[in-house]
Amino acid sequence: MSVLVPTSLVDALQALAEHPDATVLAGGTDLMVELNGGHRRASSVVVVNRVPELCTWRHDPVSRTLRLGAGVTYAQIERDPIASLVPGLAEAARTVGSPQIRHAATIGGNVGTCSPAGDGLPVLSALNAEVELVSAEGVRSVPFSSFMVGPKRTLRGPGELISAITVPVVDGWQGYAKVGVRNAMVIATASAAVVADSRRGTVAIALGSVGPTILRCPEAEAHAMEHADFGERRLAPEVVSHCCELVRLASRPIDDHRSTAAYRRHAVGVLAGRLLRRAFPNE
Amino acid sequence: MSEPSNLVYTLHVNGHASDVRDAWLGESLLYVLRERLGLMGSKGACEQGECGSCSVLVDGELVCSCLVLAAGAVGQQIITIEGVAPAGAPSDVQQAFVDAGAVQCGFCTPGLIMATHSLLERSPEPTEYEIREELSGNICRCTGYGRIIEAVQRVAVARRGAQ
Repeated sequence: MSVLVPTSLVDALQALAEHPDATVLAGGTDLMVELNGGHRRASSVVVVNRVPELCTWRHDPVSRTLRLGAGVTYAQIERDPIASLVPGLAEAARTVGSPQIRHAATIGGNVGTCSPAGDGLPVLSALNAEVELVSAEGVRSVPFSSFMVGPKRTLRGPGELISAITVPVVDGWQGYAKVGVRNAMVIATASAAVVADSRRGTVAIALGSVGPTILRCPEAEAHAMEHADFGERRLAPEVVSHCCELVRLASRPIDDHRSTAAYRRHAVGVLAGRLLRRAFPNE
Repeated sequence: MSEPSNLVYTLHVNGHASDVRDAWLGESLLYVLRERLGLMGSKGACEQGECGSCSVLVDGELVCSCLVLAAGAVGQQIITIEGVAPAGAPSDVQQAFVDAGAVQCGFCTPGLIMATHSLLERSPEPTEYEIREELSGNICRCTGYGRIIEAVQRVAVARRGAQ
């Protein structure tokens, strides 16, 4: 086993080029659980949490985007100044593990692991986030929706590193909700994110833990958009109810050790309804 | 770029350079602290970041040492419970835990002390809500948390009075 601790992006990419099969370690909160439990062996590990280029973030008010370096932690995201730029992502960040976990866990690690239960992922999906991948060959950008191809399966190739996640800074309400067996320190049994973009007049709904990837709900989104009054933040109760039904139909949950498909399907509709009522509090 | 060899790498723990010998490079910082460096204060229970009993500071951030790859922590400043105060002279937080009766079996105590030092560093006068939130990653199965919260509040009051 080898452990490499590069302290610049150039060195990190060189390490990955030399060890294309290397496991990338950022905060360690996913990988170390597997190593400690003996569920995974790693022949080489490239530790990227000391790469300064990955740990910065930038708000561009002209393009109205926020570029989060892959090494930005959930502790940073849950606080200002990032929190007020992406309140939905901050809300998701607040539900990740404990303070100890959030001090270590990174947005890039969440996207790299790409578990359907990853708390940040429904928000990134609803925001149409872009994932930036860098390798010795160059840089490419992939929409999050195509980056995640299955449970813990992504488009990241050998030698590639997730360098940043870029999201739009949206006018309007955005939020995240999840259910689990208790309030603290819990992996989502079902989760949902809603982004209501009042400038563009769009509603985005994304679901976590109810399918092999994060799922968007085009029918529910279209129904909400057709009837929503963005200025008055108004949406009729029967429209919300129908959206919940469309969300349940869009979900593709399974039975596993954490819950049942039937419960997940029910719960994700409840969550989406709750979020829509927060986005549009007036009937 | 540093490449720790399989035979030895050096960690900076409580202000000292500590050589780690004969270690497997996949060992957690918790394991190395306890089994390689003989620092038994950090406790191991869940080894998956749920209980907080292994909490340490790495470059000033409170983290679970069970989720830190020790060989990846080369060059970082690590503070464990052994490093919060000189031997035989408890820190104000440690003394407050004793005075408030916030210690029963004591297993969770080192992690809670580390979390409390970290909290009061950032927020010298935390609200009860803030204390509960910031200590939410540390599980205690004995006390029910009331006296732990009281201990944190005692330190905050004492430090304010000392200013």
